[in-house]
Formats: sequence, structure tokens, C-alpha cells
Amino acid sequence: MKEIALHLLDIVQNSVKAGAAHVDIGFMLDDSALLTMTVRDDGCGMTPEFVAKVRSPFVTTRTTRKVGLGIPLLMQNAMLTGGNVDIESEPGKGTLITATFHTDSIDCLPLGDLASTMATIIMGSPDSPEFSIACSSPKGEMSFSTEEIRTVLEGVSLAEPEVVQWIQQSLQEEIEPILGGIMR
Amino acid sequence: MKSLAELEAIRKSTLSRIIVRKEDKTDTTRVVIGMATCGIAAGARPVMLSFMDEIQKRQLEHVTVSQTGCVGMCRLEPMVDVILPGQEKVTYVHVKPEMVPRIVAEHIVNGRPVQEYTIGAVENA
Repeated sequence: MKEIALHLLDIVQNSVKAGAAHVDIGFMLDDSALLTMTVRDDGCGMTPEFVAKVRSPFVTTRTTRKVGLGIPLLMQNAMLTGGNVDIESEPGKGTLITATFHTDSIDCLPLGDLASTMATIIMGSPDSPEFSIACSSPKGEMSFSTEEIRTVLEGVSLAEPEVVQWIQQSLQEEIEPILGGIMR
Repeated sequence: MKSLAELEAIRKSTLSRIIVRKEDKTDTTRVVIGMATCGIAAGARPVMLSFMDEIQKRQLEHVTVSQTGCVGMCRLEPMVDVILPGQEKVTYVHVKPEMVPRIVAEHIVNGRPVQEYTIGAVENA
């Protein structure tokens, strides 16, 4: 992965597959350059036994093959910066994944194109779950949710090319002033 | 945020076209993009957005773009299936955003698959 935003795209697929109704994404950059990414869903969750071994590349829910690299790759890139990945989950309640990155580390990936990632996520599952994203940094904060625009769109799918483009462009405009410093 | 009024305008312009599309469901071309860890790492996200972009530019009404997981040939990602109504699916491999306009123009619009980008051409080379 070349961007933190690509990890997000990958991790969120798991929330969607877990049958979540809501997926809430957060990016917080504090004044010591620590970036905290959170993905919270209310999907099926994982048992404590599965959480204990989910960090292994040789554990996966898929049946086609015995490797699953989503979480291991995220962990590798977080840990390279001195950060970490934390997974809290409860069956029936949902999962919270928290990844931290020290963005002042030479090994830290750029945040990347968060707006494109969100557009891709929403396109991939336009009807449900509802996604929200909140970004904050010492420079300001923003938030966005699909629920909010769904009411405006009334019956028009969020996967319509024009709508996807609107989402991408408006997120880009809003995120840039807040997290622009770590995007590239 | 770009204004919600703008979104409202998009809704209005889209609504009439959706009605046309619903009447003729058998006519839909499907574009399916691999979006598992392997696809994403290989660059599927810009490919997907290029398809959206191209479809919008050409105002193609009967094309849907969707995502799928890993089909087990990670070394050929990003992979894209194009399924024209009533035809066999065509699988493109190692797809880059620069290849998308040609796939859309030659295959989706004109019905001639871009042979050199297909799995058959790449695997037998």
C-alpha cells in the first residue's frame, strides 16, 4: 500500500462484509504530529478468540485461500512509524479499529487521497451501510455523512457518477485545509 | 462543503435518466472491478474512478460499475471484468487508468474488446 487512505479502503471492506448499518471513520491529527485513524462499525463483530489471532496473516474469513493481509499490512505500516493498531470487538455489537501513525517518522506513508477512497467506498456500497467521516487537526475540523446527503438525493443512488464526483470533490475541498500537510 | 443546492441540481438532472434506464434493464453493461487488498494495493482505486469519469463524460446510461473481492489471481490485479448484455465476460488485467478510455470507447461503446489488454493476451505472451 502506498497511502494510509488505501489501507482505509481495504479495512472498511471488512466492516461492509460484517453487515454493518453504520461505519464511522475518523482521522485526528494532534499537535505532536500523531495521526489516529479509527474505523468503527456496528457489524457482526468478532469473538475474543478471533480477535486474538486476527493479526496473523494466516487467519482470514475467506474460504478461497488461507491468507489475509489487510490487517497485517496496516499493522506493519503503523508500527514502522512507532504507532500501533488496536482492535476492539464484540460479537453482535461491532468492531473498532484504531491505527496510530507518527507522521513525523521518515517511514510514515502519506495520508493520500482520502476523498477518492471515500468516493470508492460509497460507490461500492451505495445503499447501506451509512458512512461518516470526521477529520480534525490543529488547523480545523470537518465531517461528512452519507445519511445527510441521502435525504437531499431522495431516490437517486449515491453510485450515480455525478454524485460520486460531487462527493469526491467536496471532500477534497474540505479535507485539504485540515490534513493537506500530511497528504503527500 | 460544495453546496447541497448543487447536489439537488444533480438529483434533478439524474432522475429523468434513471427512469429511462429502468425501462430497459436487459440492456445493461456491467463493469466489475477487483477491490480486495490485492486489487487496492495494485492500484484499483484510480482505475475505478477513471471508469466513473469516462462513463460520465460520455453520458453512458446503461453501464453500471461495481466492486468485487479477490478472485485468486492477485498477480494480475488490477483486474476488470466487462460484461456486455448477452455476451461472454471479458477480463482485463494489469489495468491502469490510462487504459480505461480505450476500453470504454472500443469495447463498451463499440463492442470490440481491446484484445491486447485481456487476460488471454497477457497470460499467453
